[in-house]
Amino acid sequence: MSTTQVAERHASLAAGFEELKGRPAFSAGGASEGRIAAFERFSRQGFPTTRDEEWRFTNVAPIAELRLSPAPEAKADSTLVAGLLPLGQDAVTFVLVNGRLSGPLPRLPRGVAVRTIANAEAGDLLPARPEGGTAFTDLNTAFFEDLLVIDIAPKAVIERPIQILHVTVPGADPLLVAPRIVVRAGEASQAMLVETYADAAGDGVALVAPAVDVELAPAAFVDHVKLQRQNNRSFHIATMFVRTGRSSTFTSHAVTVGGRIARNDIVAVLDGEGTEVTLNGLYVGAGDMLVDTHTTINHVQPHCPSHEVYKGILTGRSRAVFNGKIFVHPEAQKTDAKQTNKALLLSDEAQINTKPQLEIFADDVKCTHGAAIGQLDTDALFYLKARGIPERHARNMLIHAFASDVLNGIRLDPVRRTTMALVEGMLELEALEQE
Amino acid sequence: MLLEIKDLRVKAEDKEILKGLDLTVNAGEVHAVMGPNGSGKSTLARVLAGSPGYEVTGGSITYDGKDLLELDPEVRACEGVFMAFQYPIEIAGINNTYFLRTALNSVRKHRGEPELDAVEFMQLVREKAALLEMDQAMLNRSVNEGFSGGEKKRNEIFQMAVLEPKLAILDETDSGLDIDALKIVANGVNSLRSPERSIIVVTHYQRLLNYIVPDFVHVLSGGRIVRSGGRELALELEEKGYGWIEAEMAGARG
Repeated sequence: MSTTQVAERHASLAAGFEELKGRPAFSAGGASEGRIAAFERFSRQGFPTTRDEEWRFTNVAPIAELRLSPAPEAKADSTLVAGLLPLGQDAVTFVLVNGRLSGPLPRLPRGVAVRTIANAEAGDLLPARPEGGTAFTDLNTAFFEDLLVIDIAPKAVIERPIQILHVTVPGADPLLVAPRIVVRAGEASQAMLVETYADAAGDGVALVAPAVDVELAPAAFVDHVKLQRQNNRSFHIATMFVRTGRSSTFTSHAVTVGGRIARNDIVAVLDGEGTEVTLNGLYVGAGDMLVDTHTTINHVQPHCPSHEVYKGILTGRSRAVFNGKIFVHPEAQKTDAKQTNKALLLSDEAQINTKPQLEIFADDVKCTHGAAIGQLDTDALFYLKARGIPERHARNMLIHAFASDVLNGIRLDPVRRTTMALVEGMLELEALEQE
Repeated sequence: MLLEIKDLRVKAEDKEILKGLDLTVNAGEVHAVMGPNGSGKSTLARVLAGSPGYEVTGGSITYDGKDLLELDPEVRACEGVFMAFQYPIEIAGINNTYFLRTALNSVRKHRGEPELDAVEFMQLVREKAALLEMDQAMLNRSVNEGFSGGEKKRNEIFQMAVLEPKLAILDETDSGLDIDALKIVANGVNSLRSPERSIIVVTHYQRLLNYIVPDFVHVLSGGRIVRSGGRELALELEEKGYGWIEAEMAGARG
């Protein structure tokens, strides 16, 4: 396909981009050149196809066919917003509607500074990133009209969790939403972040393409939870870049229970001795959903552990893709990398393509990976039944157990409970009263 | 009588394992089923519990007046059939106590009894746990996860103590137990002996029968009960080994 054809197909985006150029947000912080470059790259290459190795099993044609226009500013209903906040009032809460900060800034705890498009610095707008972005990351760069930069001061321990809710308010046309979050944790600081992605309407079609950058200075602790609960007609293709400094600790739990096509690309660079990164995730697929997880863990320094557990539960005709790359560079001796990917297929038509990809260039390392795909363990099922527990309930217990293995890693109880309730809702499971 | 097995024939993976087995157990009796490896002892235990993977090709099992083979495993359990697994299953993510409370309440519901609330249940658990010398930590862990072989077997008998079955089948519960663990398990089982409760002890060795003294001993060989007797039969087997019975059977057939 020629460049012109691709451009024509994305005429609505091109028009939107031209319009955006005229707005102050576009050139804020001198980012316009970077945005133009990103959009040109996108216009040249278009959306990825299944011929692209990284998108082999994820056909984004349903997205490419949309006449997307950039999401306009909108307001979300306050009752709806309140119902979508997993931490309620017990957090420092930011609400982004269609990618823009909505309402006044919350009262910030000491040690937290926040910037938006109005006062962002050049380095906030186009942060230095490791390789690994996608066409959707370029779209984000081209189209974001606001961003949320969260700076945690050195040595600040932020006890109140930071809660970010992204709401899409649909329009007449399918919308492109480009949320952008930058988190910088100062030396020896500590913070917890919970992001939720949701729709204001059950039937609005949107492509939500967030870009999240997280940078940890030496000895910082950041705990990140992402809960993606968009409606089953919308799309969510996200990129997260993480760079961790010496002796810092980053933990991510990515939970996907929504979207028609949902993909998370997570790129982590363990960029200091003794830094520890955990990437965990749980996804649930139902109906015709496609859930794709691509993670890249770069070990570039010695003595760094990384842990990764991704679990999926698939019903209906849903499909999942898991690709876990671990690169161990020659200097990264004493790396201890462990990757596990498990999927539970609850229907005959559900399927998963899973691919661990370990490339190790250091000789004194410990790297393990394991994948297990299957149905519910029949031995375990029989064991429960043999004690009098009815089949339906026994299955329910086993599915809960499978999910809670990942969800138990979420430290904030209300977030864990909200997440489990969403998983139960998708799989039509009864709640368990197990403490 | 509580259990009557008649001419039971069972296949697993196209191989006939039980070839016309008869066994009658009355309420309150303890029966030991002994036999060499591969004789079909564990198959008998698993078929009684309703384990998948077996095909009953002939015969009948009547339990408490009902056709046992018609009942799903969970219904059998609710009707009072309990098998202590030879290899208890580890289930990550399901709390041992929660599992047992769910099981007990399922059984109670089936019997038309009120479910136990958390407080009542914990009281019962504490009492039964003491019997098996189980500590609180074991109860709070996932079902059998990270348990030693001996702990798993103790957990089985602990479950039996809580569920109070009418018919308990212990499938090689003694295997993998050192003598101290064996005594604890046997004490637990003995404390559950009652005129209403029958127990079938499936074992390769007579050692367990020093502690759980059976009323009857049966020798299973080639898929059939080939000899039945009292406790002295177990001692005889211990002394002479199974070769003696097998040779005698071969002689009788020849």
